[in-house]
Amino acid sequence: MNPTSVAPAAFAQPTPSELALSGHWTALGTGELGHTRLAALKPQAGPVVVDGAGIDALDTVGARVLQNLLHRLQQEGHEVQLRGWSERNAKLLELAAHRPDAPPAPATEPGLVERIGHATIGLGEHARGLVAFVGESAVALAGCIAHPARMRWRPILFNIRTAGFDALPIVGLLTFLIGIVIAYQAITQLRKYGADVFVADLVGVSTVREFAPLITAIIVAGRSGSAYAAQIGTMSVTEEIDAMRTIGISPIELLVLPKVIALVIALPLLTFFADVLGIFGGMLMARGQLGMGFDAFLDRINDGVSVTSYLLGIGKAPVFAAIIAVVGCYQGFQTHGGADSVGRQTTRSVVQSIFLVIVADSLFSIAFSFLDL
Amino acid sequence: MAAAEPVIEISHVATRFGDHVVHEDVDLQVLRGEIFALVGGSGSGKSTLLREMILLHQPDSGSIRILGTDLQSLDEAGANALRPRIGVMFQHGGLFGSLNLIENVGLPLREHTRLDEATIDEIAAMKIELTGLAPETGAQYPAELSGGMMKRASLARALALDPELLFLDEPTAGLDPVSAGGVDTLVLHLRELFGLTVVMITHDLDLLWQVADRVAVLGEGRVQGIGSMQALAQMDTPAVRQFFEGPRGEAAARRSSVHPGDGPWKQK
Repeated sequence: MNPTSVAPAAFAQPTPSELALSGHWTALGTGELGHTRLAALKPQAGPVVVDGAGIDALDTVGARVLQNLLHRLQQEGHEVQLRGWSERNAKLLELAAHRPDAPPAPATEPGLVERIGHATIGLGEHARGLVAFVGESAVALAGCIAHPARMRWRPILFNIRTAGFDALPIVGLLTFLIGIVIAYQAITQLRKYGADVFVADLVGVSTVREFAPLITAIIVAGRSGSAYAAQIGTMSVTEEIDAMRTIGISPIELLVLPKVIALVIALPLLTFFADVLGIFGGMLMARGQLGMGFDAFLDRINDGVSVTSYLLGIGKAPVFAAIIAVVGCYQGFQTHGGADSVGRQTTRSVVQSIFLVIVADSLFSIAFSFLDL
Repeated sequence: MAAAEPVIEISHVATRFGDHVVHEDVDLQVLRGEIFALVGGSGSGKSTLLREMILLHQPDSGSIRILGTDLQSLDEAGANALRPRIGVMFQHGGLFGSLNLIENVGLPLREHTRLDEATIDEIAAMKIELTGLAPETGAQYPAELSGGMMKRASLARALALDPELLFLDEPTAGLDPVSAGGVDTLVLHLRELFGLTVVMITHDLDLLWQVADRVAVLGEGRVQGIGSMQALAQMDTPAVRQFFEGPRGEAAARRSSVHPGDGPWKQK
């Protein structure tokens, strides 16, 4: 930024007890002067005459800087006299006068223990809020099941399209690539034992049971969970949620239930698609590396991957879907204030839903191992 | 003060959005030290004209000169030199939600000057007080403020660099009558203090009668009438007449003639 071509603020000391000001004492002109040069100014003890006749322009910024200087001089025991000040400039200087009741000092930073305490309480309240929100949604869902006419089908179908159908390309591509990666790693390891035909079992089981549901859920959390949080958050900032309540529409019924129901339907379907593409990726890799035909690979899949495995994988998807939709919507409703709050809650929704999905997945693994599935 | 010097010269400005013609041929001048109001019905292009004057939008043809600078031939460096000389108060405040008021008001100073942090905070606090906000408000965030406080804070930020030219977009819209009256006095006070030129968009008839020196009525892509409210009241143009007819227009005119410059709505 090159301010202006005007003469910047300057001062001179014709005699040790005189201070002659000149130039533009304005927001842009004063900056040239530099704080240190003013601070270094030390006139002779006794009265100081401040001559304002040479000032080309003065504004509140310059007036304030000058007032700070005059204030300091007075503190140091000088008696300050003004000379040659125009009426307007004198008035401005008066306006910028030093006030003892300066802005209150900002609150002191809380200590470590206090911060930990606040964070813990915040975490507890957050968990309680989430549980309360789940409860509220469940009650609304029960109401809708009792009176199916209240179910809003259009938004459900719309959400199935945006969260499900529109996600097909990205989910398909990523699981296909992951299928290739697993097959490649499996082949190199299994080859050592001469067991490389079992690559089909490994790719099949790991894709169907773990990778397809998990990767799909993570993609959907990033894609749709964040969108839910941002949409509801923006609506809450612009008072649309409040408007809905006053009209007598339950925001949970209109905004949350369709999303949850749509995702619970769409995510298992997406997971199935991911199963197919993941196995296809492994199949291509097996043919490339081992020369294993598609028929042979699919035969091994048939033997190695049980229907139970497949159903367990697909069965996890609705749970993940509910987690993603509920966390996204909950974070949206937690938005208060402005644009940066929307951003914060959206980030939280993605981080928390992915976190909870992985926790849920590990709980499933523990449960399945106890049940010997 | 050189009274006749124009700070804004708009000539033959035309603006279109696709097929929709907003300005056909707009001509007007604003003089230094003047309080100038732009009025007109919804869609008459007031806001677009304002956006063109504050360098947010380019007209399709015609020329706009602000503070002696032609906006058409302006490069980025020229625009950056011009911007600190202009202050804008936006209709909804336009305050940054992630900064508190002191930081919001201090931001232009931080960007454009080389003052130290403490001085910037002091100047910001001074501007906040100047607009009639309590000093404690400085630590608050925009989301915690009422509509009227937000407007005042936005005005404080517009004044941060002591601009020569101040634009106000609907300064009293959404305010209660007492706060709106406060804006009347504040605008007059600021002009008296700093010799500011003020351009405002408003529908507030009291503000027009009490504060504006000259008013331009926009309509059908042109300036339908320009002059003081008294002069406009004598005109026959339908677009101008609508501001004086009807109970509200007549009441505002009556208030201004009964208590010139000293109505009850001005008490704060």
